[in-house]
Amino acid sequence: MPKIKLPHKSPHIDMTPMVDLFSLLLTFFMLTTSFKPQEAAVIDTPASISEKQAPDINVMTFLVSKEGKVYFALSDKGQTASDTGFHFRSKVLAEMGKKYTVNFTPAQLKKFESLSSFGLPVQYLPKWIDAKDQAERDALQAELVKMKKDGIPYDSADNQLAYWIFYARSISPSVEVQIKGDVDADYKNVKEILDILQEKQVNKFNLTTNLEKVEIKLQK
Amino acid sequence: MAEIIQEEKQKGGKKRPKKHSTNIDMTPMVDLMCLLITFFMLTTAFSKPKVMEIILPEPPDPKDTSQQTEVDSSRALTILLAKDHSVYYYRGKADIKAKLIKTDFSDEGIRTILLKYNEALSKKVKELQEKVKESTFKIDQVMDKKELDSLRKTNTENEIVNEYVSKEIKKLKADDDLGPIVLIKADEEVKYKDFVDIIDEMSIANIARYAITDIMPVEKELIKNYTPQ
Repeated sequence: MPKIKLPHKSPHIDMTPMVDLFSLLLTFFMLTTSFKPQEAAVIDTPASISEKQAPDINVMTFLVSKEGKVYFALSDKGQTASDTGFHFRSKVLAEMGKKYTVNFTPAQLKKFESLSSFGLPVQYLPKWIDAKDQAERDALQAELVKMKKDGIPYDSADNQLAYWIFYARSISPSVEVQIKGDVDADYKNVKEILDILQEKQVNKFNLTTNLEKVEIKLQK
Repeated sequence: MAEIIQEEKQKGGKKRPKKHSTNIDMTPMVDLMCLLITFFMLTTAFSKPKVMEIILPEPPDPKDTSQQTEVDSSRALTILLAKDHSVYYYRGKADIKAKLIKTDFSDEGIRTILLKYNEALSKKVKELQEKVKESTFKIDQVMDKKELDSLRKTNTENEIVNEYVSKEIKKLKADDDLGPIVLIKADEEVKYKDFVDIIDEMSIANIARYAITDIMPVEKELIKNYTPQ
């Protein structure tokens, strides 16, 4: 019986189309990506039908966590070169430092510009800015939680939040206000922030939400 | 030409150049690409968060009593939010005899009630939205030509129509003098989600006028004494 010879096949597969597709995908993701900024607290936002896009420049954001702690974030004033040269964040911080007699070195002010949201009294900010990495910041935050000093104070005894608002608005009067509350945050806390803002003549707010699809039925 | 001649020469020679395969081993490249794609796919933030805009009326000056606006009690609809996602509402003035009705956040709950009270306005809005969807609708008929031409330079047709609709809705809302004036009041135990939900319901039902105010002791009493019928 003659032996059946199997055709000798090369184990190589032509990967060119696959590589083509991959490079296409890679280019797409690289170009569209915008990195999520690290936030000081995990916030699960409620849903709404609003389709308005969140502003990303010239905005101050208040994050309200489940525990009722308030975190604060400031964005740049603008994206063009002259606007980023405005040093919005460091100017606000310098004013805060003057008010609370906390000294910030120029290096600290500069570093603060590239940092994201924070939730601690201004007295602890120099330490927070000087921290080498995120892990060190988390440790500091955990320490403050133990001392029950985390979050930006906004009670009548020490209303630092009001001053953050005041200085942010005096340096950039057109700054928009965004409130990002957690689903389980107490309304009471949000209302307090709204009241502080209204005291400072801010009457327009943006509440951050997720998009939700709803069918609207009209009664016949 | 020269090359061909050279090749012919070599054919005749003894030494043959080794034939190199044109295949390159692409496996490492594919590996790396997979890794990068996964990285970018996981870190990318695709949908930008959406925001809901609320504009609150300026708080009245406590010293100036003349500014205190009295809400027309025939149009007033007060919504009370209480703990455990419960919603109560009543019409008219706030007093102990007000008829409190309990409802919820479902489609058949507060939304139906708001749509019922706001029927005139929401009908108008719906008519407008339907008119725009019809094939006979032409944006040229309702908008000024000059304005339209300048808009067309920068926007797509769809954007212009959307802009027109939202403008018209705003106009309808401003002219509304029959719909309810909704007062939203929440007590201390309400979660933030309920607050966002109720404001969301306002925009779903196209409520023209609503305000967020503090709860009154009378109303707390009403919720406490509430008995289901």
